Amino acid sequence: MSDQSSYFVPASSRLPIWMAFGLMLFVLGAGYTINDLDKPDSNSYWILIAAFAVIFSVFFFWFGEVIKENDKGMYSDQLNRSFVMGMQWFIFSEVMFFFAFFLALGYVRIFAVPWLGGEGEKAITNMLWPGFEATWPVMQTPDQSLFQGPKENMNFPGFANVGHWLPFWNTLCLVTSSGTITIAEHALKKGNRTTFKFWMVMTLILGFTFVYLQGLEYYEAYDHMGLTLGAGIYGTTFFLLTGFHGFHVCLGAIILTIMTIRGFRGAFTKDDHFGLAAGSWYWHFVDVVWILLVLVVYVF
Amino acid sequence: MSAVIDSHSDDHHHGPAKGITRWLYTTNHKDIGTLYLWFSFLMLFLGGAMAMVIRAELFEPGSQIVSPEFYNQMLTNHGLIMVFGAVMPAFVGLANWIIPMQIGAPDMALPRMNNLSFWILPVAFGILISTFFMEGGGPNFGWTFYAPLSTTYAPPTVTFFIFAVHIMGASSIMGSINIITTILNMRAPGMTFMKMPLFTWTWLITAYLLIAVMPVLAGAVTMMLMDIHFGTSFFNAAGGGDPVLFQHVFWFFGHPEVYIMILPAFGIVSHIIETFSRKPIFGYTSMVYAIASIAILSFIVWAHHMFTVGMPIAGELFFMYTTMLIAIPTGVKVFNWLSTMFKGSISFETPMLFSIAFVALFTIGGLSGLMLAIAPADFQYHDTYFVVAHFHYVLVPGAIFGIIAGVYYWLPKWTGNMYDEVLGKTHFWMSFISVNITFFPMHFVGLAGMPRRIPDYALQFADFNMVISIGAFIFGLTQLLFLFIILKSIFAGKQATSEVWEGAKGLEWTVASPAPYHTFETPPEVK
Repeated sequence: MSDQSSYFVPASSRLPIWMAFGLMLFVLGAGYTINDLDKPDSNSYWILIAAFAVIFSVFFFWFGEVIKENDKGMYSDQLNRSFVMGMQWFIFSEVMFFFAFFLALGYVRIFAVPWLGGEGEKAITNMLWPGFEATWPVMQTPDQSLFQGPKENMNFPGFANVGHWLPFWNTLCLVTSSGTITIAEHALKKGNRTTFKFWMVMTLILGFTFVYLQGLEYYEAYDHMGLTLGAGIYGTTFFLLTGFHGFHVCLGAIILTIMTIRGFRGAFTKDDHFGLAAGSWYWHFVDVVWILLVLVVYVF
Repeated sequence: MSAVIDSHSDDHHHGPAKGITRWLYTTNHKDIGTLYLWFSFLMLFLGGAMAMVIRAELFEPGSQIVSPEFYNQMLTNHGLIMVFGAVMPAFVGLANWIIPMQIGAPDMALPRMNNLSFWILPVAFGILISTFFMEGGGPNFGWTFYAPLSTTYAPPTVTFFIFAVHIMGASSIMGSINIITTILNMRAPGMTFMKMPLFTWTWLITAYLLIAVMPVLAGAVTMMLMDIHFGTSFFNAAGGGDPVLFQHVFWFFGHPEVYIMILPAFGIVSHIIETFSRKPIFGYTSMVYAIASIAILSFIVWAHHMFTVGMPIAGELFFMYTTMLIAIPTGVKVFNWLSTMFKGSISFETPMLFSIAFVALFTIGGLSGLMLAIAPADFQYHDTYFVVAHFHYVLVPGAIFGIIAGVYYWLPKWTGNMYDEVLGKTHFWMSFISVNITFFPMHFVGLAGMPRRIPDYALQFADFNMVISIGAFIFGLTQLLFLFIILKSIFAGKQATSEVWEGAKGLEWTVASPAPYHTFETPPEVK
């Protein structure tokens, strides 16, 4: 690592414009694919696949370039601080994205559903569907013909049955994995690479177990419980909150997989491992979101 | 500390590359600033053309030239393009050009991401505009896209609108991360926070607001997407959701957003007023605290946009009081500007004229905002032309005059040539007069009960509407003069000195005019 003496300003680069092109394909592909969902002969998903190909290639070359530049010793401490701050603010933006969904859940539970059920200051909305009773989870939606409520919900079944409750195992996986990645990082900082690699693999196993269990839970929900995206507001908030969280766990797991592979190939040193550190912050972030989510989506 | 400018053989030694690839591949903050500014200018004319269609339709009562459906598309896209395409990119462009020079940094902190955050903007707006040519037409639900207009009753192109908004948000977030990192990490040695120029200060806080609320907007459009295509019921009461939820989520983004569009203008105007009054800004510290207070308050006032939607009385009162609190820091700023001018040796060059007009006319917009903040009175004003008058006063002679003032102020630094002062003053007086002809009568028709967002109106509003339309046409045409002045300054004009303005303070006035391609490779020492 070089000293404070220079800030590296990269030469002009083809990478960003390719990324912009990839995002354009993504918007067109995603837009047409979603608009054509009811047309089985539509082939617009090919644009989407092309978009992902472009975006992932650009990521590959972009990160490759950054790693090469870092290996050449072109990055000063000050530039590394820019990366640190960039990642921290990015995670803050992700926090605010989840905030929108937590806000929606809170509004629905505290205001909208009780009002529809005839409680509180705006109870007059009960006149829309006079028979509707406010409960949470909403098992009987106001208009059952449009939104068939779920038969069962995912709520905490009490401590006696906690062993059959998937979110319990999920929490165990994710919280433990936050610990294992911390052990891995500490080992790397001490220069103990074998321990580092072992705990990275453990973290990945726990992370992918979480993804698998989450998939299993969705399968249960759709197959046995009548709990779907269309099952009214409970299904809506349940799937969107856990779904976006699960999506971020997948992203984090992919990041950590790449970091583990790089670790096995000899990347990272005791005091220069920003890629790993950033991945680890991201992992802690999804962990914290999960704990909040367990509390407000599953337990209370 | 100095900078290493990585120059491959093609752009040997500090010069830009030639041809189109210079702009496509650039990592230079000045190039990217220029791209942002031209893009926003293009969008200003596109959104302006839509405003002209609106005013032509409203020139007389009755159906004139466009169908009501097309009218709705015009007013929706006028709003979207002006907010996300004209005002915001213009401020980001100014930030790119000016902030590294104001804080003595060699470039933005993350130059390649800087390029990306610009080039996805044309992608987003290209797709937004292309929806006009798709089946069902463009977005027609107003720039606030309230559910269920934007969900149940939306044209099929709303899917593309949703993804376009996602891309705009991604652009803003990346741009803001870059700006915030640049300001926090790359200030010249000795430039402490309380020595930072005010434009940089306003942008630091604006960038924070953007990172905090653009993801919430992304959340709102994602909920729309799910409701439209995947059967969820966020905004559908039949499933237990609530259409009002959309308004809460939207305005949680939307109210900080309106400060995002005005705070950088505060910074610009502060610089211009101190330069042309030849006095340091009055109450620098209070300016900083006022900006921070406005930003913090902006998170707890959002529901004043929806007083009439049916909130509990406690909510109405809470949002009414917090909204009125904002008048205090804003008042601090206005008094500071006035105190800066007091007993100064003022000269009235074009940037100063626009800035003084900004202070006066923005205050009018602020005061009508106070009227709207009074919840019981708002039941009368809500969704009338009074609201249209209010937000156009803060956005046109507010944000846009701020941008124009900044462009005149820094133009000699960009092009190396002075602009034509006579033409500049002509531009100012024509804009100043026509903007008031356009927006002042809207207060009257609004208070008299003319609703907003309609292609036709009752006969008693005919005279005022004709006056408004004439003012709008003059204002629109006047901006072509602005384009001419800028082009003229690029190609000709009196050579500008480094300082450009007598008494201009700040690091950006210590470099040559036009500013060299790379500045402050070795940072200056700030005393």
